[in-house]
Formats: sequence, C-alpha cells, structure tokens
Amino acid sequence: MTRPMVSYKNVRKSFGQIEVLKGVNLEIGEGEKVALIGPSGSGKTTLIRMLMTLEQPTSGVIEVDGTPLWHMEVNKKLVPANEKHLRNVRKNIGMVFQHFNLFPHMTVLENCTVAPIHVLGLSKKEARERAVEMLEKVKLGDKLDVYPSQLSGGQKQRVAMARALVMRPKVMLFDEVTSALDPELVGEVLEVIRELAHEGKMTMILVTHEMEFARDVADRIVFLDNGYIVEEGPPEQIFEYSSNERLKRFLSRFRLHSVYPLTTRSV
Amino acid sequence: MIWDWNIVKDVFPLIFRAMWLTLGLTLACYAVSLVLGIIWTLLRRAPWAWFRWTVNGVLEFIRSTPPLVQLYFLFYAWPLVPHVGVTLSPIAAAIIGLGVHYSTYTSEVYRSGIDAVDKGQWEAALALNFSRARTWTKVILPQAIPPIIPMLGNYLIIMFKEIPTTASIGVMGMMLTAKMYGAQHWVYLEPFTIVAFFFLLLSYPSSLFVQWLEKKMNRRFDKNEVLHEAKQKGVVV
Amino acid sequence: MLLITSAFFAFIIAIIAGLGRLAKSRWIRWTTNIYVEFFRGTSLVVQLFWVYYALPMLAKAIPFLPPLNLSSFWAGVIAVSLNYGAYVSETVRSCILAVDRGQHEAAIALNMTRFQRMRLVILPQAVRMMLPDFGNNLIQMLKSTSLVSLIGLTDITYAGMVFRNSNIDLGILVFAMMLVFYFLIALPLIWLTRRAERAVSKGMAS
Repeated sequence: MTRPMVSYKNVRKSFGQIEVLKGVNLEIGEGEKVALIGPSGSGKTTLIRMLMTLEQPTSGVIEVDGTPLWHMEVNKKLVPANEKHLRNVRKNIGMVFQHFNLFPHMTVLENCTVAPIHVLGLSKKEARERAVEMLEKVKLGDKLDVYPSQLSGGQKQRVAMARALVMRPKVMLFDEVTSALDPELVGEVLEVIRELAHEGKMTMILVTHEMEFARDVADRIVFLDNGYIVEEGPPEQIFEYSSNERLKRFLSRFRLHSVYPLTTRSV
Repeated sequence: MIWDWNIVKDVFPLIFRAMWLTLGLTLACYAVSLVLGIIWTLLRRAPWAWFRWTVNGVLEFIRSTPPLVQLYFLFYAWPLVPHVGVTLSPIAAAIIGLGVHYSTYTSEVYRSGIDAVDKGQWEAALALNFSRARTWTKVILPQAIPPIIPMLGNYLIIMFKEIPTTASIGVMGMMLTAKMYGAQHWVYLEPFTIVAFFFLLLSYPSSLFVQWLEKKMNRRFDKNEVLHEAKQKGVVV
Repeated sequence: MLLITSAFFAFIIAIIAGLGRLAKSRWIRWTTNIYVEFFRGTSLVVQLFWVYYALPMLAKAIPFLPPLNLSSFWAGVIAVSLNYGAYVSETVRSCILAVDRGQHEAAIALNMTRFQRMRLVILPQAVRMMLPDFGNNLIQMLKSTSLVSLIGLTDITYAGMVFRNSNIDLGILVFAMMLVFYFLIALPLIWLTRRAERAVSKGMAS
C-alpha cells in the first residue's frame, strides 16, 4: 500500500447508551477508493462523519495524512484538539451529503465561490475561474446564475460536488449521495463520481447502497455490520468469494431488491 | 442611601392590596376575550363573503390600534355618543376595552386551531355520515382545542402585563397605586421596583408553566418527534 | 420618530441577545437569559415609568455618575427598545435554530470558521424567516408608542388628549381620529408583513 492518508485506530462512538461503532481499525492509502457498505445502522455514515469533524469519536484516534484529527500534541501528549487545529486538518477533507445541503440563498456560482473566497482567501476572479471549471466538469456550466431551488435533485448533487471539489481536498467523502434522488437521476451523479475516480489522484471514501457501482469504482470494499468491520477486501473477493454468512445474507437481500441495474457504466 | 427599606415597608402593603384588583381585572378581561373570541370566530365563518370581509376589517382595525387609545375612547368619548352612549366606570371601561382588544387575538388563536385540523378529518367525518354538530363536537374540537391551550395561556400572561395601561383612565391597580404614592412622597424608585418585582414574580412562573404545557402537548400530538430527534442526533441512520 | 428610533435599537438588541442566548459561554447565555426574562416578565408600562421616574433617582444616588436627565423621548426609546428587544430575541433565536442542520454541516465541510458560518450561511437564511415576525412586532411597537404619552411625550395620543381638553365637545371625533390615524400607519406594515409571510412560506415549499 502507498502511504496511509486516513487511519482509524480503535475508534469507538456512542450516542447516549447506544454504541454505534465498537472499535474500528481501518487504514486508507493515498489515492485509494474505498466503498463502505452495510445495513442501516451499521455505523458507516458515522464513520465518515467523524472524519469530517461533524461527530466526535468517543474514544480512539483518527489520523489524516499522519496528523491526529481530534487530538493535538502538546508536550508530547495527545490532548483534545481546539478549533484551530480542527480547521487546519479539516482543510484536507471535503464531503458530499445525502441531502445536498446547498445554500439556498446563493446562486450555483456563489455556492461554489463562497468558501474559496472566504476560507482559502482567493480573489473573486480566481474563485470564479475555479468554480466555472468545476461546474463545467459536472456539466452545469450553463446554470451559474440559477438558484438551487430551480434545479433537479441530480443537478443539485452535482453542484454540491463541484462546491466540494473547488476546495481541492485530498480526501473526498460521499455520504449516500444518491439515496435522496429519483431513480432516473441517479445515473448522472454516479457518472461524475466515476470520472473523478478514474482520474485517480484523489482519495475517496463512499458510503453507498449501490452495490454495482461500488464494485465498479472502488479498489476495496469494507463491510460493516453492527458497529464492527466484518469483512474487507477487493470487490471481487467481497462480492464473489466471501464465505462470511452475514455478508452473504446482506448481499443476497440486495440483489433481490436492487433497483438500479448498471446502466451507466462507461467504456 | 439609594434604597430605603422604610419606604418599602410603607408602600408594600398598598401595592399588595392593589395586586388583587389587577389580578381580578386580568381574569375579567380574559373571560370577556375568550367568549368574544368565539363569537368573532363564528362570525368569520359566516356564508356571506361581504360579511366576513367586514368582520375581518373590524378585527384588523381593533387589533392594530393602541389599547390605550381604545380605553380613552370608551372612557371619555363613549358617553358622548348619542342614543347608545353610557358613562362607564373606569373598571367597566377597562374590562370592555381590553377584553375586546384581546378577543381579536383569541379569535385568531381559535381559527389557527381549527385550521390546523387535517382536512382528511373533515372528509372522514363526512364519509362516516356524521351530522354537522357531531363532526364538530366529536372530531374537530377535540383535536383543535388541546394544541391552542398553551397559546391561550400565553395571552393570559400578555394581558396581565397590559393591565397597567388602565391606570391611565384611573383604575387603582398596582401601577397607579405606586405612582400616586410616588407623587405624594416624591420617591419613585422603591414603589416602581416593587411593582416590577410583582409582575416578574407572577408572570415568570406562569410562562414556565405554559412552556411546559406546550412541550407536553407537542409530544402528545406528534409522537414521531422522539424518532425525529433521534434521527437528528444520528442515532438512527 | 419614536417608533423608528426604538425599532432600530430594538432589532439591534434582539440580534445581539438572540445570538447571546445561543453562545457557547454559559456566562453570556445566563446574562442574556436574565435580561430577556426580566423584560418579558414585567410590563412595558411599568418599565416605562421605572426608567422615567426611578432610574434618574437611582443615578443621582450613585456619587460618581453625572446627574441623569432623561428626556421623556429617551426614556421611551430605552424602555420600548429594551422591551421589544427581549421579545424579538426569541424570534431571532428560534429562527437561527430553525435553519437546517445540514447547512451547518455543509459549512463545516467547507472549513468555514464559526463566525463565517454564522455570517455567510446561517444568518442570511434566518433573517428571511424572521421578517414576518419583525413586521408583527413593529405593529405591536407602534401601538406601544402610545404609552409614552403617559410620561408626557407629545405623540399622537398626547396631542389628541391636549386637543380634546380644549375642545371637550369634539371628544368623539378626536378619539375616532386618533384610532384612524394609528390604523393608517399600521396598514402598510400589515400589508408588508402579509407579503413577507407569503414569501417565506413559498421559500419553504421549494
């Protein structure tokens, strides 16, 4: 494996009495594409939300590019991180959400330039150039001055991707990005992710229920169940040769209920 | 010395006695507004559009003009109106004036309660062939009333705080008592502070009670709330 | 005039207090809570009289302070804006809380600071939701300004009363005119509030 970009070390997370993650160890290399699969409530979304600093782990350490995320070193001891440290590590990470979370009071272009201008400190012109480039990449170059409410779900999600991409993160997180979409709009979103994946440079972690898509895009599949990583490996091993009972049961249920056949495979 | 406890000892009983008048007046005004609110609500459901318009116009007028001026009108001008005018005692003017003013608000509360009942409920009652009276008493009102109770409670508190306005037409409530004492002895700090203290003492616990009531009602009528909260916290993915 | 000045201060106070009640520091939260509960718990008339009569006495008793001579205008502005500031802060608070959590999360994901998240993402959306309630409070405030006549400030009510006292037989007309006058000022406010309400509910639907 190349050098690790993200690593979880014995990470646990509880909400009140419920322990959602019960000690997860996971290492993700630079440029690697990892798909997290598993039943609802298995903790896969929580896993990436902690990486985005939206959720604080109850115990354990998460490292990004060698730096602990939720902790910082003071006098060679790890202490809880302050906001400054969090921001410093967080700049490496971007996220696309299930419900898009576009800013409704800004146009498509403003959605994509607000952070570059205020967070990265780019000039308006630079930010605009970057944003337009990305929006063209997601094939929305003609929607710059439109408000999110006038877009379809698939278009919104592509804007959300452009908005995350303009920040040029090293790691991109995709949290069930097609779950809130009408079936006929799923393809256009997956297409964009696939192109990104094939460019190869970016580390990507996808939480998804699209098994065919995960198989096509990911280098490695991680199967979570009940707060543990139950099985991980290359797609072929997971989907064809695994002998794990729980995984097999999960996948068989999925084949039965699979709504999305692989219609958008490119080449 | 800034604060003189002797004055407090002197004026406290006076204000305490006046408090009962203020409280009684609050309840009287409240009763008027509750009943009158129902009448307005019924009138606003009348079948003639021009009539509804007029009623709405009158309500809007009463609602958006100051109660103080309405009190003046009742107290000073009403006796002069030919034929119907009668001289009102300050207390009667206060009860009618504030009662009418706040009835425009309670009627709005009633309306919102009725509107909040799902349209499907009317249709279900129709499908079960309920009579009009039965639809109201068995289906609509039992659902419309509980959610508006906290809102009505809020108006009771608001009205209580509006009562000092009646000092302007000579009702000897806490406010006027304090003011007259102040004018006689040329001390205002202690009397007014005591009045403020009484208001806070009475209205703050009541508002806490109303808040509690509101939460309880919400929970009863939206059982999904718990689930919703859990979702927001990310417990249920 | 009093309405505009008080409204201006009231909304500034409301936004500060609304934010204060959501502050991280418990100390700030508590102070703003006490302020809000105090002014909501006591009556505006009482506050008005307290500021006008009692406050100068309090100030006189403190040795180092210059004598505080509040004109009835400023006493009115102080009482009305502090009172409504407390009420409206509740709107500010609830509207900020009503902004979808996803908006916070998206802003964090874009690595904005706390301040930037508030200024660029949350407040612009919250303010839109607040508008109808601002309008309603403005109408309430208009009505409340009539109370300052009680401390001798020449507003519509006071002027009307003075006029009536010299023309007793015109009583009905004077009071009716006063009511109509207030209503005429309120009408555009009512209209604007309705429009804002519709705009907001439309925005929610899309």
